[in-house]
Amino acid sequence: MASTETPAVKDGVKNGVKDGNDLAGLEAGLDALETVQSGRTPFRQTFTQKILPPLTAIALVLVVWQALISFGVVDDPTKLPSPADVWGEVEDAWLQGTLVGYIWTSVSRGLFGFLLALAIGTPLGLLVARVRFVRAALGPILSGLQSLPSVAWVPPAVIWLGLEPEMMYAVILLGAVPSIANGLVSGVDQVPPLFLRAGRTLGATGLRGTWHIVMPAALPGYVAGLKQGWAFSWRSLMAAEIIASSPQLGVGLGQLLENGRNTSSMSMVFLAILLILIVGIAIDLLIFSPLERWVLRSRGLLVKS
Amino acid sequence: MATTFAKAADGVQAVEHAARIEHVSKSFAGPAGQQLVLDDITLDVAPGEFVTLLGASGCGKSTLLNLVAGLDAPTAGSITTDGRPALMFQEHALFPWLTAGKNIELALKLRGVAKNERRDRAEELLELVRLKGAYGKRVHELSGGMRQRVALARALAQESKLLLMDEPFAALDAITRDVLHDELTRIWSETRLSVLFVTHNVREAVRLAQRVVLLSSRPGRIAHEWTVDIPQPRRIEDAAVAELSVAITEELRGEIRRHGQH
Repeated sequence: MASTETPAVKDGVKNGVKDGNDLAGLEAGLDALETVQSGRTPFRQTFTQKILPPLTAIALVLVVWQALISFGVVDDPTKLPSPADVWGEVEDAWLQGTLVGYIWTSVSRGLFGFLLALAIGTPLGLLVARVRFVRAALGPILSGLQSLPSVAWVPPAVIWLGLEPEMMYAVILLGAVPSIANGLVSGVDQVPPLFLRAGRTLGATGLRGTWHIVMPAALPGYVAGLKQGWAFSWRSLMAAEIIASSPQLGVGLGQLLENGRNTSSMSMVFLAILLILIVGIAIDLLIFSPLERWVLRSRGLLVKS
Repeated sequence: MATTFAKAADGVQAVEHAARIEHVSKSFAGPAGQQLVLDDITLDVAPGEFVTLLGASGCGKSTLLNLVAGLDAPTAGSITTDGRPALMFQEHALFPWLTAGKNIELALKLRGVAKNERRDRAEELLELVRLKGAYGKRVHELSGGMRQRVALARALAQESKLLLMDEPFAALDAITRDVLHDELTRIWSETRLSVLFVTHNVREAVRLAQRVVLLSSRPGRIAHEWTVDIPQPRRIEDAAVAELSVAITEELRGEIRRHGQH
């Protein structure tokens, strides 16, 4: 050690006089040096990296589709209608005022069913995650249900509930509740034990711990479950609508598809498939993806690409 | 055989000791049967006293801190503290879904502070750790040193008489750690808190504490104790700090060497 008594004593005196100021200044400097500034990406970059690629892919599909017809590779409109035929179908449905009706019938059903699934799946997931007995009893069943195609529930639902809207909701619930509950369970399982310990030292135990620590900490997994839950809701609903059609159920997108098949109108079938696809993507893009991004970004978990 | 969070009204004893650890032992079930981690530890922390627990890895110093915090129960003996102690970890343990300010407010809320007082109190605490203006910052927007200061502010929000610190600066770079030592000394002398600080860094222990307690390893026993009467504010590079550190390090090495002799 090179230092002797004298500098140490001098330091001590200096500290006593202006230590406060020195320390505050030093700290402010360190904070400024170590804080990372983050800004928003410019629109141009977002456009070329996020918007342009999918548009290119869609354009490519349309070109190939049109080429198949133009070059006579498929020469049977009852098998493959041209893009123009399908567009004509869209125009007709729009002019007759039925297009929005088809979409709304299915979307309102799908969203209401999803909200029901949310209301049931959330407490169920919490119980499975937090109560050991319930987990041992229901955990494997929930995982199993997730891999069971929900179309399998359509025949029994029709027999039990008849051709009523309730039957659709039953099929949606059986499809979506396991996803939502499982998402929450894996979210809770991935909560770092450190957060639970920190919560306990702050006095967050029991229900308060669940509300203030476990639930918010499990949010990323929960939102992933919701996203998947919506996909399952939508799929289940379409399966139910295609199989079970009756006048009192109204015409949703699934029935539209089935009607197209019955009247051998391939352009109507294509229209229905397109709409089902678009609605599924749109809901995800408008509701679930922003929700997921917001949750991840606010926690600094979203890596900017 | 439990940790008791006594209230100040319980009597003279609670006032005399911020923490009283009496004949505490702790064993865990291990691959070779019951493994004794802490053996008959008796230690008092006086109100306003700063004590560091020093030891090599495996001495059970973190285990002891968990017992005092009430996160785990001792196998034998008893621990009494004056109210529920606050605990700071090596990782900041701030909740990433809350802003810096809201992290502190959560501690206030769980303690039952009225809603209209929380915001002001949180701002005050942030000012105390010199993070005025960080109220709305997300945890990931803060540097390592800033995070630990918010964690300190959150611990202080509990208004415990006793602050437990489990190697809170071990993951920081040397310059930041040095600054936080100064901060902790300043805040400790302003608030007159009792602090029980765990570390394996001898210099850090001497820099901060009024009393350094050395634990031996496997099982953890109190091996030695030093009273540090170098006046504060100290610096880690002070000659007096260095001199005592050398003596303590010798003792610590001796303790570690014993384990190689079996």
